Order: sequence, then structure tokens, then C-alpha cells
Amino acid sequence: MKILVALKQVPDTETKVKVAADGRSLDPTDVKWITSPYDEYALEEAIRLKESAQAEVTVVTLGDDKGKDVLRNALALGADNAILLKGDGQGDAFAVASALAAFAKDKGFDLILAGNKGMGGDNSAVGPMLAELLGWAQANVVVKLELSGATFRAEREIEGGSEAVEGSLPAVITAQKGLNEPRYASLKGIMAAKKKTIEEADATGLPAASAWSALTLPPARPEGRKLEGDAASQAKSLFGLLRDEAKVL
Amino acid sequence: MFPALTEDQLAIQEAAREFATAEIEPGAMARDHSAEFPKAIIGQLGEMGFMGMMVPEVYGGSGVDALSYILALEQISYADASVAVTMSVNNSVACAPIAAFGTEAQKQKYLKPLASGAVLGGFMLTEPDAGSDAAALKCRATKVDGGWKLNGAKAWITNGGVGRYFVTMAITHPELGKKGISAFVLDADQPGVIMSKPEEKMGLRSSKTVMVTLEDAFVADDDMLGQPGDGLKVAFGGLDGGRIGIAAQALGIMQRALDESIQYAKTRHSFGKPIGEHQAIQTYLAEMHAKVEASRLLIYKAAMLKDAGKPCTLEAATAKLFSTESAVWVCDRAVQIFGGYGYSREYVVERLYRDVRVTTVYEGTSEIQRMVIARGLTK
Ligand SMILES: Cc1cc2nc3c(=O)[nH]c(=O)nc-3n(C[C@H](O)[C@H](O)[C@H](O)COP(=O)(O)OP(=O)(O)OC[C@H]3O[C@@H](n4cnc5c(N)ncnc54)[C@H](O)[C@@H]3O)c2cc1C
Repeated sequence: MKILVALKQVPDTETKVKVAADGRSLDPTDVKWITSPYDEYALEEAIRLKESAQAEVTVVTLGDDKGKDVLRNALALGADNAILLKGDGQGDAFAVASALAAFAKDKGFDLILAGNKGMGGDNSAVGPMLAELLGWAQANVVVKLELSGATFRAEREIEGGSEAVEGSLPAVITAQKGLNEPRYASLKGIMAAKKKTIEEADATGLPAASAWSALTLPPARPEGRKLEGDAASQAKSLFGLLRDEAKVL
Repeated sequence: MFPALTEDQLAIQEAAREFATAEIEPGAMARDHSAEFPKAIIGQLGEMGFMGMMVPEVYGGSGVDALSYILALEQISYADASVAVTMSVNNSVACAPIAAFGTEAQKQKYLKPLASGAVLGGFMLTEPDAGSDAAALKCRATKVDGGWKLNGAKAWITNGGVGRYFVTMAITHPELGKKGISAFVLDADQPGVIMSKPEEKMGLRSSKTVMVTLEDAFVADDDMLGQPGDGLKVAFGGLDGGRIGIAAQALGIMQRALDESIQYAKTRHSFGKPIGEHQAIQTYLAEMHAKVEASRLLIYKAAMLKDAGKPCTLEAATAKLFSTESAVWVCDRAVQIFGGYGYSREYVVERLYRDVRVTTVYEGTSEIQRMVIARGLTK
């Protein structure tokens, strides 16, 4: 079985987001880039399938040179092959999905695993679009996956419950927190990954269908207010504020 | 950042930092309070290859250099020094002597499980009446059919009760004095090895340190490390590495104390400004930083010499002396900067202050390091 895992490099959650001078993109200075956590569940699932069913695991990311960090990390965790598709991995979801589809088609993959969304962007769009472009079955926001022969059974989270989806391979499955507990790379894996090569190719596919027009940060929180006076008068003014300003009483 | 690290070393440092931040730090305070041994964490560190870092891969280790080991230990210690000492003992004084002196059979039997983290190990040298003066040990090994029976008491044994294989020094030939001490790998999983309940320590509360009584504990002939009479050679052979390791443990603790202090100095106000704007506090921070940085250079230099296969006894002792004494001072200042809160068990600097204290004592006291340094300078 051949599995492709699509990985996205995203800013660390602890990054202090700054808007770039153009007013519609992220200022990349001081940003620490990590693998999107949902993609880590996808990768872990693929590596478990490698261990239990001798699957061959290929990882791909769409991006620039720094995307190699994500691929290197995936190799350290146990992926067999890594490909950097050179292009814009941070922009329009349709362009990303179409670049991935162009890369994946005709390569004999039985399964594509990806995160159900890229952390930060939270569009949940690439996985489903990729399945549509390839004409494959799909199951999204999956918390449990079983394969048998050429079919899959996936449990997915839905509002207030869970839903089981069955389908045939090839398929695109997007992972949700709970699918598994991702492992840490071993030192041996890290050292071995240094010796593996990362292939590079230019991304092909359809042009973007949308573009960011503006990016703004939420307004800064107003400074706190300090109440003066003795306890009784403080309580009185607090009551007044809660009733008249916050309108919660 | 230290400018001369290789890509591999940086990657290992990052892996240790990531694991320490996500898995070790969160429970550190609770474990300090409960004194619960971090069994699951040690197991994970084993799976990742941190328990036998310098052991060749063929014997279950990770086959990395001493500097990588030091970098990892520093990160683990930053999160929890109790975990760091457990890891350091397994690497420096259990795996290292077996890797250096063990026969092929001993490596297969003992080194593989120790280096891969399947079992935990330790080192039994110190006795109730033989600490700094290790050669004064009294534990006796008497010849029996097929091996030796050990009798005596061992004190302050890290990983006692939680570990299984211990590099153990005992007298095989009393008539030969110091040259009559031999080393063995002792399997603690037998009735003759009696572990007392863990010592009630000031710090490193979740690591286990116990008194051990040996009553006819059996070791086979094949379990002797090196030749008869090699006991002190085996015991002291790994000392340079062990000292650099404890220096790195101290480094991790003091870096944490400094980082916590900087944060606090920026946010705590007195007399209308952050305390970090008072000159007295600035002086502390500056000196703490200088000591942390100087210690790091001494430690990395000693590790790099070791990796180059050059003698490093003087450098390792210097690194240990300076780093551990600095770390005790740095943690003391951290408590001072935190004021009353530094004296509270709800603030991490209180733990750092207790955890750091032992670093000037074990793996050779500061007094012994000064002797080693002076001897190296005047020889
Ligand atoms: C938490 C912990 C874990 C430990 N783990 C282990 C372990 O796993 N295995 C093991 O074998 N041991 C272990 N030890 C023992 C440790 O190595 C000894 O405590 C240390 O070597 C000092 O020995 P001592 O305590 O007997 O002190 P002593 O040797 O009695 O020293 C008392 C004081 O006298 C000073 N002194 C002694 N001789 C001289 C001299 N010639 N000149 C000047 N000053 C001198 C010392 O520096 C010290 O200040 C551990 C100790 C602790 C506290």
C-alpha cells in the first residue's frame, strides 16, 4: 500500500502574529514554523499503517525551502520519501489542492492523509477539494480509521455525535485530534533523516481562486479600570458599571 | 546561542527541548510535591534514545557524541532536574563503564537493555563510611562456585528500587589494598540485594536515592567488569564524563532560574516601576547571566575535548566546580529576586533552589574538584 501524507507548515501557536507592510499577509520575521498539529495526526496514522501493514509512506509539502524542516521531521518520525513541491503553500486553498492533486494523480497512491484543517487558517478546504479534484472517496474530521482490503471505515466527529463512513480506496482522509497520539522522533530517527534526500519539484496545477485582500488584528484590549474608595463605594460603582456599561445585571 | 553546534547537535537539542517542554515540565511541580518517580517519562526517554545516548547503535544506544548528550541533559534539567539525574546516572555511570570495559557478552546482556531504556541502571560505589574517599570502601566479594557473593552496605544509590543493573565496586582481594577492589554488574533483582526506602532528600524529590544492603548477593564470574583489581579504574574511568554531565544538569537548572527571574523582574512592580528597573536587581540579573554563559562555555569545551579523544580531566573538573557553584549562587539570587514568593512552594524557583544544592556534592564534591584541578595545574 502506498500512502501520501500532505503536510502544511504553519506558524507556531505561540507566535505573536504581526501583519506585514502590504496589509494582507503575515510578517514572517520572528515566526517559528511548525507542522500543523492536525497533519501530525495524519502522519502518525500513516506511520502506524506502515508498521502494521507495510505501507510505504511519502510526505509532501507545498512551500519554499524552509518547508524542508517539516519534511525532515516527518522523515525522522518514519516517513520513507519526502517531496518539496515548490510553490505558495500559504495562500488559496484551491490552488494548494490542485497542486497536490496534480502531484498525486497517476502515482499509485491508495490513500492520502492530511489534517482536517491547517492550524491558524482553519479553512478545512484542502482535503475535500483534493478528493474532488482526484475523483476519490473522502472522509473528513476522522477520529478512527480502519482499512480492510480496498475499503475503509472511518469514524468522524459530527455535531453532538459521531458518524461512520465506509468507502473504497483510493481515498482522502482528513485527521482530527483524537485519531491517535503522535509519537516523538527518536534520536536514531533524527540522525537517519539527515541522510535521506528530499526530492524537489515545481508545483503545477490551477491558479488561485481567491486571494487575501486584507489582514487585520483584533483591536487591542482596553486597559483595565481601577475602582477607588472604600469597599462599600467600590462595590457600589462596580454594581453600577455591571448594570449600566456591561449590561449584565 | 553557542555558535559552533552542528546540524545534528541542534536537532538533538531541539528534540530534547520539545519533549521536555511538552511532557516533563507540566508535571514537575506535582512530582516534586508527591516525590513520585516519573516512570512513564523515563520509559519515553528510553524509547526516544535518551537513556543510552553515547552507546553505539549496535548495543541499543543512539551513538551520538558527548556534546549532544550534554545539550540534551541541559534541556531536560531545565524542565525537571530529578528526571535529569535519573537520565544522567543511567548514561554516565551505568552505560558508560559497561561500554568501556564490558565484554561482548556483557554488552549483549546488560548494555543493550540499559541503553535502549528497557531497564534502568545505576552505580554503587559510595558506602556509609566511604564517600569522597571511595577507596576506603568495605563491601566484600567472596569467591564461591561460579562467581562471587557480595556483602556490605552501599549508600546514596540513585535509581535504587527503580533500576535493575548496577555497576558495583567491592573488595575481591583484601590483601592488595586499593588494587584489591573489583567491579561487577550486579542484578538487583535478587533477594540478597535489599533496597531501603528512598532517602528523604532536600531536592530532586522525584528521583530515587536509597541505601542498599548486600547480603550474599550473587554475581557470576562473567559479571566482573574488567580484570580483578580494576574496580577503581572502572569507577573513575567515567568520572570526566559524569562530571560534565552534572555540570550540564546545573546549567539547565540555573538557566531556568535566570529565565524565571527575568520574567518576574519585568512584571513585578515596586516603588512605581518594574523591579527589573532597580539597579540592585539589574546587577543580579547581569551577574547571573554572566555565570550561566561562562559555565556553558566551560562545559561545552570539556565535552568537545572528550569528543576529540583528548584528555579532559582538568577541564571537566573546572567545568563542574564553576558551573555547580555558580548554579547554587544563581538559584539563591533567583529566590531573592522573587522575594517572599521565592520562598513559596508554588513558585518554581523554590524547587530550583533545593534541586540545585546537591550538584556541588555528588559526582565529586567541590572540595574534591579543587584538589583535582590543583593537582592538574601543579603536576
Ligand atoms: C542525591 C545523591 C545521589 C547520589 N547518587 C550516588 C550514586 O548513584 N552512586 C554512588 O556511588 N554515590 C552516590 N552519591 C554519593 C555521593 O557521590 C557522595 O555523597 C559524595 O561523593 C560525597 O561523599 P560523602 O557524602 O560521604 O561526603 P564526605 O566524603 O564525607 O565529605 C564530607 C565533606 O568533607 C569534604 N572532604 C572530604 N574529603 C576531603 C579532602 N580530602 N579535602 C577536603 N575536603 C574533603 C567533602 O568535600 C565534604 O564537604 C549520591 C549522593 C547524593 C546526595
